[in-house]
Amino acid sequence: MTQVFLIAGLFLLAGTIVVPLATRFKLGSVLGYIFAGILISPLLSVFKVNVKTLQHFAEFGVVMMLFLVGLELQPKTLWKMKSKLLGLGGLQILLTIVLLVAISTAFGLPFKTALTVSFIFCLSSTAIVLQTLNEKGLLSSDGGKDSFSVLLVQDIAVIPMLAIIPLLAIPELADHAVGALEPAHSSFSLVHGLEAWQRGGITLFAIASVILGGVLLSRPFFRFVASAKLREVLVATALLWVVGISSIMSLVELSPALGTFIAGVVLANSEYKHQLETDIEPFKGLLLGLFFITVGASIDFKLFFDEIFMVIFLTSGVMFVKGFVLYILSRIFKMQGSNRWLFTLGLAQAGEFAFVLLSFAVSSYAISKELADLLMLVVALSMLLTPGLFIFHERYLSKKPTSPKRDDDKIDEEHPIIIAGHGRFGGVVNRLLRGLGYKTTVLDYSYNQLEVLRKFDIEVYYGDVTRHDLLLSAGIDQAKIFVIAIDNKKQTTELVKYCTKNFPNLHVIARAFDRHHVYDLYAAGCRDIIRECFDSSVRMGRSTLEAMGMHPFEAERKTRSFVETDQEMIRALATVYDPNIPVSENKEYIATMNKVRKATESILQGSHRIFGNRSDRGWVPPTKKDVETAIKEGTLASNTTGEA
Amino acid sequence: MARLLVYYAHPGHKYSRVNVQLASIARQLEGISFCDLYELYPRFDININQEQERLLNHDVILFQHPLFWYSTPSLVKEWIDLVLEHGFAFGDGGKKLEGKIFMNALTASAPSSAYSLDGYQQYPLRTFLTPLEQTARLCHMQYAAPYVLHSAIKATEDNEIAQHAIGYKKILEAIRDDRFNYERSLKADIITFKNIEDFIGAKP
Repeated sequence: MTQVFLIAGLFLLAGTIVVPLATRFKLGSVLGYIFAGILISPLLSVFKVNVKTLQHFAEFGVVMMLFLVGLELQPKTLWKMKSKLLGLGGLQILLTIVLLVAISTAFGLPFKTALTVSFIFCLSSTAIVLQTLNEKGLLSSDGGKDSFSVLLVQDIAVIPMLAIIPLLAIPELADHAVGALEPAHSSFSLVHGLEAWQRGGITLFAIASVILGGVLLSRPFFRFVASAKLREVLVATALLWVVGISSIMSLVELSPALGTFIAGVVLANSEYKHQLETDIEPFKGLLLGLFFITVGASIDFKLFFDEIFMVIFLTSGVMFVKGFVLYILSRIFKMQGSNRWLFTLGLAQAGEFAFVLLSFAVSSYAISKELADLLMLVVALSMLLTPGLFIFHERYLSKKPTSPKRDDDKIDEEHPIIIAGHGRFGGVVNRLLRGLGYKTTVLDYSYNQLEVLRKFDIEVYYGDVTRHDLLLSAGIDQAKIFVIAIDNKKQTTELVKYCTKNFPNLHVIARAFDRHHVYDLYAAGCRDIIRECFDSSVRMGRSTLEAMGMHPFEAERKTRSFVETDQEMIRALATVYDPNIPVSENKEYIATMNKVRKATESILQGSHRIFGNRSDRGWVPPTKKDVETAIKEGTLASNTTGEA
Repeated sequence: MARLLVYYAHPGHKYSRVNVQLASIARQLEGISFCDLYELYPRFDININQEQERLLNHDVILFQHPLFWYSTPSLVKEWIDLVLEHGFAFGDGGKKLEGKIFMNALTASAPSSAYSLDGYQQYPLRTFLTPLEQTARLCHMQYAAPYVLHSAIKATEDNEIAQHAIGYKKILEAIRDDRFNYERSLKADIITFKNIEDFIGAKP
């Protein structure tokens, strides 16, 4: 147990120290993690940590990442990408394999081995590329989108590759090492040893169950869990969803990454989307970090220095060939400007699937252990170089100001208005805005409320708005307006504090419970505060006045001046209110309050000074005395109060 | 029986001495329609369809209001702006009000002598009413002479208000009972309680 703590502590320490340093020097987190891995690798060998096993475990971060990517991708959008996926992705794989096979056979590698190696190296690193693009905000740029298409196709291509590599086995290798290596297939497989058609049937069934499960089961299931109102159970559910799909996929020997990606796309329209994102995100981040650390730690420096020229030659060769193919494709597909280089340099490395395929190929006797170890180094080195290439791209090749029109489009993806709370308060706000064609993102924590709203085609997401990461995934950093309509005083105040502090340009409109809450919200920095009952109470008062026989127009004007006076009063008090000083000790507050009270009393005592003055001016006719004086002075023509 | 519609407009209803009396007469008179515009639209959101419907159902439209700054109270202007729509009251296809009578019943604080070229208002009263008159004409309506009370404020203590009120009732009844002489009223300058009998025929 002590050892586990020590190792875990070691990883966390390395990550928390090196990664902030790396980002400070603008190297990106990926490079930071890899360096951290390199630094701790001697210590890991002291603790006899099996880095390979750890790496397999950490690859689950990639699975989670693809789930998150899927969540952001509506099925419609995916369908629109189909030509890019097939054309761009398919050609990248095909051309890279052809070129790599041609070159390596020219260097004297047997065809079978050459093909296996080409399979392994035509793939790029989803983890590094997506993580880096995301960090740099380039994921929605054209180059980013194209890179993503290629990565997605590569993830799918792993499946046939896993099927083909055993066929490329070299008999001598198998003879050499009988029983020395583990069997190629895990013992838990539903499809091992089945006929092709049975295999196909079960595979299709598995994919169908992922899709149907997402469509039919997710809602009642999440609703059931949400009814418990326990945050950790929700997190567990999100994890269960991802882990469950991964297991189904592994059972039929499909890529778990692909499975969760599909599951993500299926849930992209779900009201639980933002909550799922929020729950999975930290796990994904940690696991990916761990994965990058293991990449660094798995670099065998002894072998590296023994074979330094070979490794460097191979790495640069592979990256050059991949980059060449990518550049040609970027020309064929007419990518513009800096996107072309982003695409070319970004995908030139080998990916995490290379680790998987390498060990798989060794256990399938397709390549020798020695060659695999050497190639591992090439893979790791190419991954280590990638963040550097991104930096190179950023510094020298990207033309910064893209046209402003495109920027607007990007913001449009996240809606500019976010409404927290869709009960009887926020619901009205949303109805008004939607009715006028404004796009809103609505977040609510009540699941039965959601069920009803979804039936009426209202786009609402399930989630706890007090979680800042949920707000971020709903796009608060890009939103223009944030409407806080939840019915919790404290949480509203906290949200306002968080928003005014972190997003000074965000316009926050907050629902206040009562007058004192208004002061709290004002002190928290909110300048657009709506008291939840005030307007309706005023209207009720007006109805009462009308029922008492007051002329409706007079009632209207009286209530209007009442509102105005009241708001002035609140404004005056809010500026002197200090949440850190109790009201009874705040001298300025007391003084203002007294002034206000006197004014209020004058209303009660029938003096018209306070809210009479606005409504009484204007239509009070001059008295007969006024008129007579005016006529005497000859000024009546220009000086009446209106009634000419 | 002509269908008469009285629109009453006075934002300072509770300070009014003359108009509130006239309004209560019109409100209580049988066989005519009465609308208090400020009561109907205290928040100025005029229901255009409802108002146009109302106009179609009447033959004589009478606006009763004090003269504010040589014009109507602001809600009447809002009503005119919105209700007398293009395509309804004027312009292409806008002949829905053709042949109807448009009329004002006004109170003015200045004496009648003030409304003349050498009076302190410098112009005759009808000059100030030309926007309304032309509005009526553009909408294919005829503009009858306004029923006016001068020196409305000074009049308080005299019995002029009472006489003006009686005259008002007579006019409304005459219009209702088809005893009002439109022809003469179209040519006249103004109608007051003093010359009112010239415009009213005998009871049948």
